[in-house]
Amino acid sequence: MDASNYLYISALLFTIGAVGVVVRRNAIVVFMCIELMLNAANLSFVTFSRINGDLDGQVMAFFTMVVAACEVVVGLAIIVTIYRSRRSASVDDASLLKR
Amino acid sequence: MTTSTSLVYLIALPLAGAALLLLGGRRTDKWGHLLATALSASSFGVGLYQLIQMLGRSEEARPVSQKLFNWINVGTFNVDAGLLLDQLSICFVLLITGVGTLIHVYSISYMSHDHDRRRFFAYLNLFIAAMLLLVLGDSYLSLYVGWEGVGLASYLLIGFWNQKPAYATASKKAFVMNRVGDMGLSFAIMIAFATMGTVSFAGVEEQVGNTSEAALTGMGIMLLVAAAGKSAQFPLQAWLGDAMAGPTPVSALIHAATMVTAGVYLITRSNFVFDAAPTAQLLVVIVGAITLMFGAIIGTAKDDIKKALAASTMSQIGYMILAAGLGPIGYAFAIMHLLTHGFFKAGMFLGAGSVMHGMNDEVNMRKYGALRKFMPITFATFGLGYLAILGVPPFAGFYSKDMIIETAFDSGGVKGIILGCVTLLGAGITAFYMTRVMILTFTGTKRWDENTDPHESPWLMWLPMAILAIGSVSSGFLLSRGDALENWLHPLFDHHEEHGHLLEPIVVSGLALTMVAIGVAIAFYKYSRGEVANTAPENVSVFTRVARQDLLQDRFNEAAFMRPGQALTATLVATDELVVDGTVRGVGSIAMGSGSALRGLQNGFVRSYAALILVGAVALVAAIWVVVQ
Repeated sequence: MDASNYLYISALLFTIGAVGVVVRRNAIVVFMCIELMLNAANLSFVTFSRINGDLDGQVMAFFTMVVAACEVVVGLAIIVTIYRSRRSASVDDASLLKR
Repeated sequence: MTTSTSLVYLIALPLAGAALLLLGGRRTDKWGHLLATALSASSFGVGLYQLIQMLGRSEEARPVSQKLFNWINVGTFNVDAGLLLDQLSICFVLLITGVGTLIHVYSISYMSHDHDRRRFFAYLNLFIAAMLLLVLGDSYLSLYVGWEGVGLASYLLIGFWNQKPAYATASKKAFVMNRVGDMGLSFAIMIAFATMGTVSFAGVEEQVGNTSEAALTGMGIMLLVAAAGKSAQFPLQAWLGDAMAGPTPVSALIHAATMVTAGVYLITRSNFVFDAAPTAQLLVVIVGAITLMFGAIIGTAKDDIKKALAASTMSQIGYMILAAGLGPIGYAFAIMHLLTHGFFKAGMFLGAGSVMHGMNDEVNMRKYGALRKFMPITFATFGLGYLAILGVPPFAGFYSKDMIIETAFDSGGVKGIILGCVTLLGAGITAFYMTRVMILTFTGTKRWDENTDPHESPWLMWLPMAILAIGSVSSGFLLSRGDALENWLHPLFDHHEEHGHLLEPIVVSGLALTMVAIGVAIAFYKYSRGEVANTAPENVSVFTRVARQDLLQDRFNEAAFMRPGQALTATLVATDELVVDGTVRGVGSIAMGSGSALRGLQNGFVRSYAALILVGAVALVAAIWVVVQ
């Protein structure tokens, strides 16, 4: 089977994730979309690893997973804290940065 | 050359007085004038002591020097701040401190009603110190410091009553016109430094032989510009008449006896430069000749007694400059006329001050008349000064002015004849306008207002006048007896061989006296026969009108320099606003405009930031893709 098909799927997943980040308001959903983009990138890494016949890409995928795990911990904590203080998980409500 | 450690006291004493009175403020009001007078007198004492010392030494050992400190030491350029008292400087030192002290004494009484008398005396002391530095400096650079110092003192004193806007303007005018001359002096110093590598008098004198004539001519012309500025010579003469705004003692000290003669000192001191640069020397003579006629003509038309005397000063300094421009044969006579003029002109200015004192500060001579009976002492001292300036034997001016006329004739060729005739004619006009001043002021019928009460001045005022009058009578005879001054100054100047006389001295004297007699006769004919109008007549010839306006000097300066200067500055201001400010403001408004345009992007919504990042990333990838393809 042609390895480039995996890349197409990766691109598709990344696009879905990116669109989700831009159009959705719910912080949890935005967060999940970010995860989707990360995993799309992982899929590309693994595919390239396969194409090149070495393990570099797989190592990178592991790194990404570790970083993603850390990010989930911090990110979810922030989202929960914001929800507690503002009674809302909408990213548009947390727009104080411009002031 | 002898060294001494006491020269510095000449300058330090009056300088300390100025500092004390200026810093001491109102606390010194009570005794400030006495201190200033005492310090000026003690400076005169030091000067006398130096003269006696100097007389006791042989001719070569007479100059005295004192090194003060190492002033500038950069690479090969080394200037010591040093003082030099030689046969030339001692003449000036005694004139400055002597006449200066007399004028201090006079001012005690003259300024007694002025609540700012202390400040006046502080400035007088400052002037004395600066003028002494000018004549004692042993390099052009030290001279320059004194030169600027007297300019400052002159500015402060002309504008002493600066609550009157016209007086403040007059002091500003004097300052600005002097600046032109000062620029000449600084250029001369630069030329000396660039071509000779030294600025001391001795160094320049040594290097004159190794320097191109072009450089020397340039330096000479620049020195002449400097002298013209300070000594009110053509074409920088316009400030002197307005300088009469200052209190009369100032006019006597600064604008008659001492500061305005600094130009003569500069040219005489730089004799080695001018002797090696005939073109510059010729220009000196021309400037002197023009100014002596210029001043004399203005003097005939002035009704303000001080302005008439100022015009006369200008004209007499013209004589000195002319004599200094004649080269080695003339230097000694320039200095002699300078010294005698210092006596009689200072005396006459003090006399004018005394008249003003008794006449409620009226300066218009048409409002005087018949003051002889009311002010006998002033009349006598003024009269002696008058006889001296006319050149009537045996008064001082006879010796000095006759020698200048004689030397002018002897300078040879057509030049000699022209200069001789100019100086003779100048003597005649001098006689005319000075007689006019005498007649209008002291004789005839009284023309003053009813509420004026003319009276003789107190002894503190007439005593200095009397002493100066004695000087006006005797100084010429004393200085020329056995060629005393000529021999005294002889070592400083290049030796010259005796030429035959074009005209015998007795013939010259006869001619000069004839001219004087004609001038006096015309003045008597015009002013002594009938009533003198107490306002200036209006239906006068165009010549009189032009002379009344100082031969249009101000109009010329305004048209030739002031208006173009104003146009230039206006253009520069406009350029500055449009180009320089425009650039700066443009940069600012571009930054602000783009800032406010981009500010819309910072809306605080996370999603729009994310979208921007996405767009940016896509654009970047697209760009890379395009490049790689």
